[in-house]
Amino acid sequence: MGNDAILVLVVITALAFDFTNGFHDTGNAMATSIATGALPPRTAVALSGVLNLVGAFLSLAVAATIASGLVDTKKVTLTVVAAGLAGGIIWNLVTWLFGIPSSSSHALIGGVIGSVLAASGGSAVLWHGLVSKVVLPAVLSPIIAAGVAAIGTWLLYRISRNLTQGARSHGFRIGQIGSACMVSLAHGTNDAQKTMGVITLALIANGTLHAKANAPFWVILACALAISLGTYLGGWRVIRTLGKGLVEIESPQGMAAESASAAIILLSSSFGYSLSTTHVATGSIIGTGLGKKGADVRWNVAGRMATAWVFTLPSAALVGAGAEALAHAIGGSTGVIVDTVILVAVAGLIYFRSRASKVDHNNVNEEWTGGVAPEPEPAAAA
Amino acid sequence: MSWINLSALWKIIVFGLLAGAGLPALFAFGLRELALPGGGRTQTAGAGADADSDRLVGGNPVGMVIAAICFLIILAAIGWGIYEVYQIGHPAPAKH
Repeated sequence: MGNDAILVLVVITALAFDFTNGFHDTGNAMATSIATGALPPRTAVALSGVLNLVGAFLSLAVAATIASGLVDTKKVTLTVVAAGLAGGIIWNLVTWLFGIPSSSSHALIGGVIGSVLAASGGSAVLWHGLVSKVVLPAVLSPIIAAGVAAIGTWLLYRISRNLTQGARSHGFRIGQIGSACMVSLAHGTNDAQKTMGVITLALIANGTLHAKANAPFWVILACALAISLGTYLGGWRVIRTLGKGLVEIESPQGMAAESASAAIILLSSSFGYSLSTTHVATGSIIGTGLGKKGADVRWNVAGRMATAWVFTLPSAALVGAGAEALAHAIGGSTGVIVDTVILVAVAGLIYFRSRASKVDHNNVNEEWTGGVAPEPEPAAAA
Repeated sequence: MSWINLSALWKIIVFGLLAGAGLPALFAFGLRELALPGGGRTQTAGAGADADSDRLVGGNPVGMVIAAICFLIILAAIGWGIYEVYQIGHPAPAKH
């Protein structure tokens, strides 16, 4: 089994995924704070990066779920992990290009499941674990988050109704910073764990670790750094969709949304549910729209997101399965290397596509005109 | 094995509501107490002294004490929550 060169390649690919996970998800924590002006955009992403780093060390429950709860570790090879990662990264980049806050976790899990299916068939997937720890939480978590956020929003406006408009928005902007920090921390406890789980899976597949082993310290550290760097670079396209596209947000709503997200993600992480921080954050933001009289939820934007969510697991699985089939057809280490080269090429292509309609810290808060880039470009509008 | 872990689900809902909606509500209550006007004597200390309209501190001593208690409870709850997550998330290391 053991092939250290390929193992290194897989670990690097996994860290690359972790990096895309970070910048894809900055918005979950910081979009509403940036949208209401509670934090300057660059301060927000820096703060979020640091807290993701801390959060990654806080809980290891989710890493354990990914490493041993979803697929039969005996059937997993390094090639399978590499192909699965390719599926996850490509789906993450495509959705980022369109500014869709889809779930990085589902992209990763979908990719891995797809490649496992292609390699060894349905018996290698632990379906019960997949449904009870991934699919059901994916359906339930945004609904619970929306409910909590709607109740929170209603309470905040009710309790603070005697405050002047200025004092209210000032006060809640301070609260928002605190709650946004909690979401970043929570993101580290949930999302950084997923890559740790995958690298642990690769180490088990390579025979470096015994099955059921926990993530070694260097894996925890590397993942924490990768996700925190990705977060710092900031996925401005997704931030814009979440902060401006879905609901026009005031600071009390922002605080309610983030508190609900942070609470749900932290609680679920402790139970080892690998839920999507993206789904929770989106649910919360919609909830704040429902909890305030007169607020409008842009359901067409929400609908587009929900569609992307449904497609995330299967699409990433397809790419993962394709990558596995290709690597298998070529065979051995060469197969993995060809997969990686294709992955880098596709990532480069998407990056250059994104330059055509750039969204960054300068224009992230421009008026929402229907597309992710402030001046609608036919190329970027879905 | 069941598909839904009901005991985890209800804990997530109940604690989610307490922490996710209750704590911000407590924060809002603290803000309201903090803004209570202080019998004729205006205080310009504290945040937001630049614009009258967004000043947070009203100057009522009782209000300020209540607000401080609210904010302390929130901080304590967050600290406790993080500690619990750390405890649950680091089970005793598996034997080698």
